[in-house]
Amino acid sequence: MSMTNTSLINSVEKLTTGIPGFDLIAAGGLPIHRTTLVAGTAGSGKSVFAAQFLAEGIKSHNEAGVFVTFEEPPEDIRRNMVSLGWNISQWEAEGKWVFVDASPHYDDDELVVTGTYDLGALLARLQYAIGKVNASRVAIDSVGAIFSQFQETRIIRLELLRIATIMKQMQVTTVMTTEREQEYGNIARFGVEEFVADNVVILRNGLDEQIRHRTIEILKFRGTYHHKGEYPFTVVPEEGLVVVPLSAIKLNQKSSDLRVSSGNQVLDNMCGGGIFRDSIILVSGATGTGKTLMVTEFIAGGIKTGERCLLLAFEESREQLYRNAKGWGVDFERMEASGFLKIISAYPENATLEDHLATIKNQIDRFKPDRLALDSISALERITSNKGFREFVIGIASFVKAHQLAALFTATTPDLIGGKSVTDAHISTLTDSIVLLRYVEMENQIRRAITVLKMRGSMHEKLIREYTIDGQGMHIGDPFSEHTNLLLGGAAFQPKALCSNWQALSNE
Amino acid sequence: MDKFQLKLYISGKTPRSENAIRNLRHICEENLNTQYEIEIIDIIEHPELAEDERILATPTLIKALPPPLRRLIGDLSETEKVLVGLDICPYQPKSPT
Repeated sequence: MSMTNTSLINSVEKLTTGIPGFDLIAAGGLPIHRTTLVAGTAGSGKSVFAAQFLAEGIKSHNEAGVFVTFEEPPEDIRRNMVSLGWNISQWEAEGKWVFVDASPHYDDDELVVTGTYDLGALLARLQYAIGKVNASRVAIDSVGAIFSQFQETRIIRLELLRIATIMKQMQVTTVMTTEREQEYGNIARFGVEEFVADNVVILRNGLDEQIRHRTIEILKFRGTYHHKGEYPFTVVPEEGLVVVPLSAIKLNQKSSDLRVSSGNQVLDNMCGGGIFRDSIILVSGATGTGKTLMVTEFIAGGIKTGERCLLLAFEESREQLYRNAKGWGVDFERMEASGFLKIISAYPENATLEDHLATIKNQIDRFKPDRLALDSISALERITSNKGFREFVIGIASFVKAHQLAALFTATTPDLIGGKSVTDAHISTLTDSIVLLRYVEMENQIRRAITVLKMRGSMHEKLIREYTIDGQGMHIGDPFSEHTNLLLGGAAFQPKALCSNWQALSNE
Repeated sequence: MDKFQLKLYISGKTPRSENAIRNLRHICEENLNTQYEIEIIDIIEHPELAEDERILATPTLIKALPPPLRRLIGDLSETEKVLVGLDICPYQPKSPT
């Protein structure tokens, strides 16, 4: 056996799959030397999971793998997996990947059954293939298809059990995929799970408020810990399956007390001396209140001190952003040319939220920014369900924490005056700081007000200040000291502000 | 008539393998006179041969000649099915080829 990368959880050793996020919810990976059943409906990503299990073994651990295919011929699999960045032909040539082709023959309708039989030849071929490349991983995809090749269900079930048993003796770790007929209900067709399944993973591809929503769930791992529940995943080109571990992410993220500038000196002061390195600021405001300006200043502030900045723009094109920034005296074009700024502009509707999340993760991994700005998170909200959106925000928050980024997200409030927002309610608990930008109506004038509503782990100013915007950017001025109800709409002149309003705001 | 070329794939010397060999010999003697050759391949010893023919089940009997190529699985205990499957089929007037 080749070296395996394992970690000891309870008494059952795990084999890291290398599937991003999966090992986290699996508390280390798949139980080593066991068979795990991966069940899913058509199109749920079973074959990708199986192939990725082998691909990651080859890429990350130099472990060879055997792929038994009951359904598609090997040439189809080779071709399909190219888009995921896996050059199977090359691995075959290097002796790292072997196919056992058990896909149906053109003449299989001629198959005549003349008495009792077993799958001894399949097993012999599998053992031969394992020996040939000294494989430590085996993928069998998918056992449902073998039940259509051979009608005797009882025999096939027993044979699958025999294969699982022998794989264990040979100390290889096996992924066996199988079909399900519906997203919720029986684990697998043909009762496969009763035989093989000490370990069951379920892939789902359901509809949630008209939007495709892929999830993965570890149903059981015998004798060892795993995280429970469904976790969203997506299939990313050049990468394969990416699981978004969400609640499995440890919430004891270490927090930094290193402060950096928000890009606006007065706002830094309001925040008690700058924003924290690994924190998320949510800037909430109606259209035209200056959210994109705050993003621009946040990025300019980062680049001034030599930080790398990633800007994810879901509302405006790169050209519009260039033009806006120029209007405030910031040259995004030059910053991008210098390599310190990267702008990614995309229409929210171009992909599912899971795909956006995977892209963002990919960009963070590659560009390695110090700062991340997302303008706006509300634009993404409209392409998913509430649950999906919350999962997305948790996912992105986890990247921010894991990479110790300073992040600024904007959220658009629907009301011009006052500020009720579903978005805020969704994500306010996940952000570290909240800055409110609000229009206030005052003596027949619309003026702008800014306040720091929340600043986790720090003292911050509680005042509501007026600000103005001009060709040099945002200018935060004096507090509105003699008005009340500013942020709730309908400002009233009153010499002393009432604390109860704050309570109402915080409960948004 | 073309000579029958039959290849029987078995996995080890199990009772099932022995049954299949005995059943095949018996059927051939009864129905094909001397017009047949039987090759017995133990895939435990030669897994690469099972790979070449993409055999999954054992026992598997392949009729290589005369055409058409036929594959039968099982221990060949159901004689009638074997005869039909090999196109020998003495119960029907149709000629084997």
